Amino acid sequence: MIVGRAWKYGDNVNTDVIFPGRYTYARMEPEEMAKHALEDLDPSFAREVKPGDVIVAGRNFGCGSSREQAATCLAAAGVGAVVAKGFARIFFRNAINSGLLVLEIPDAVDAIQSGDRVEIDTENGVLIHEGKRHPFPPLPDGVREILAAGGLIPYLRDRLAKEG
Amino acid sequence: MGKTFAEKILAQKAGLAAVEPGQIVTVKPDLGMSHDNTAAIAKLFAKIGRKRVREPEKLVVILDHVVPAASVDYAQNHREIREFVREQGIRFYDVGRGVCHQVVVEEGLVGPGDLALGADSHTPTYGAVGAFSAGIGRSEMAAVWATGELWLKVPTTLRIELDGALPELVTPKDVILHVIGRLGADGALYRSVEFAGPLAGRMTVSDRMVIANMAAEMGAKNAFFAPDETTLSYLSARTDRTFAPVFPDPDAHYEGTVRFEVGELEPQVACPPDVDHVVPISEIAGKRVDQVVVGTCTNGRIEDLRLAAEVMAGRPVADGVRMLIVPASREVWLRAAEEGLLALFAEAGALVLNPGCGPCLGAHEGVLAAGEVCLATSNRNFRGRMGSPDAELYLGSPAVAAAAAATGKITDPRQLI
Ligand code: SF4
Repeated sequence: MIVGRAWKYGDNVNTDVIFPGRYTYARMEPEEMAKHALEDLDPSFAREVKPGDVIVAGRNFGCGSSREQAATCLAAAGVGAVVAKGFARIFFRNAINSGLLVLEIPDAVDAIQSGDRVEIDTENGVLIHEGKRHPFPPLPDGVREILAAGGLIPYLRDRLAKEG
Repeated sequence: MGKTFAEKILAQKAGLAAVEPGQIVTVKPDLGMSHDNTAAIAKLFAKIGRKRVREPEKLVVILDHVVPAASVDYAQNHREIREFVREQGIRFYDVGRGVCHQVVVEEGLVGPGDLALGADSHTPTYGAVGAFSAGIGRSEMAAVWATGELWLKVPTTLRIELDGALPELVTPKDVILHVIGRLGADGALYRSVEFAGPLAGRMTVSDRMVIANMAAEMGAKNAFFAPDETTLSYLSARTDRTFAPVFPDPDAHYEGTVRFEVGELEPQVACPPDVDHVVPISEIAGKRVDQVVVGTCTNGRIEDLRLAAEVMAGRPVADGVRMLIVPASREVWLRAAEEGLLALFAEAGALVLNPGCGPCLGAHEGVLAAGEVCLATSNRNFRGRMGSPDAELYLGSPAVAAAAAATGKITDPRQLI
């Protein structure tokens, strides 16, 4: 169960504002990356975000570069999930591979405002906001396994270790 | 029912008779490309617990993003990459060879019927030579190194037919900006895009690269131009490999088909901060510029430099404007030098830089201050992309860039000739 406050943004939130290009090739650990999360869009975010908080956004979240730090920095900042009307393709993959839950629930996006309390029950596939239940389809098995392992790297480590 | 290019090639690379859109398949790529992010990928790879990459001969690493190194940190990053590729026996191009996508195509590392995955969002560029190529993340590249395979979702396909004769000084860049303006930054999200029609058939490999490169900006997973004589003669000069081209079936099922007639198209400009905020040049003409960039994986080829030089036609760079010329590769740089173009730009007051990404990603070689305005031939104009989040970045063709450099404001290049 994920419980947190919503941080709401618009359409086309791109990877340059999530994690600026000027840091992309700087060598940084995830905790350091978290300090720059959303820096060019909302400088208060990295300072005030709490574990379990949920980012709520419009269409095409994460468009732009393939930089995985855009997903890693949000996961490291403790973001519980990103709920959007839609995601850019590579960001969507990077998020899952970083162990960051990403959900497309358009009607919830319309209802939620910044600061609202949001609960997400991944077991039962439902987001709860102000007493209203917004169901979402179950995640594909492969995706669930990667998220459960905490991302693609730990998932592969376990799998390859088993294969020997 | 017939199959699209993506459906046919993904079935083949997954070892299946047929696949459907939406199906998740495990494919074995023919090429895995990474660049300055290779050290970061190597760290992820180490965490998987493997010592050696599985198939080094299928990998390539090209240093291009911040080259030569702009800080101690970048230098250390490059150094780790050099050590890693040497240890692992991975094909490597060091700083100065050029922008990764340009080098992959120039070196003939991909061709018709190949499946390439790159840890870079503009990997769809190789669709210009009939390959299936898509961008992936760093963890995924580490997975490819470790296992030689990766899961992909079979996309639906959008067909874009291009027709009409391009008016003078209107270029493939204007065509793709126009298409993105119409379809939107998520207009091809998750989809494969097949470019077809008489104009696509007449385009050079360089023209097709501009379009396939920018298909990423409308969310496309990959872009595709059917390989033809043009493709094969380009590749035969560069590699001895033989290719097994894959074509869509004539009765393939498309999610949609859109036709664009370009006979009346004006030069186009994408305005900040969105790539799909595209206007005909007449609507934005007169806007002051501080910096102009000709280069990048979108428009840094010899054809682009020739066009920019033609529009400048001996005029100097306007007072107060910095013009940066960034050839996409060493090959382009040498050719431009031979043709006298580099000298011509330098004499006009431009600054000719080394091959590579240049200022495209806002890390070095010409970042923008707050309040500055830049017109670039690159592919992305997001806030902060080329430096300060308070700079403005406009995108246009090399002709539009040259006209802006010569006049100090956004200008229809047709007025200069
Ligand atoms: S030139 Fe720009 S868009 Fe192309 S690979 Fe380099 S940074 Fe990316």
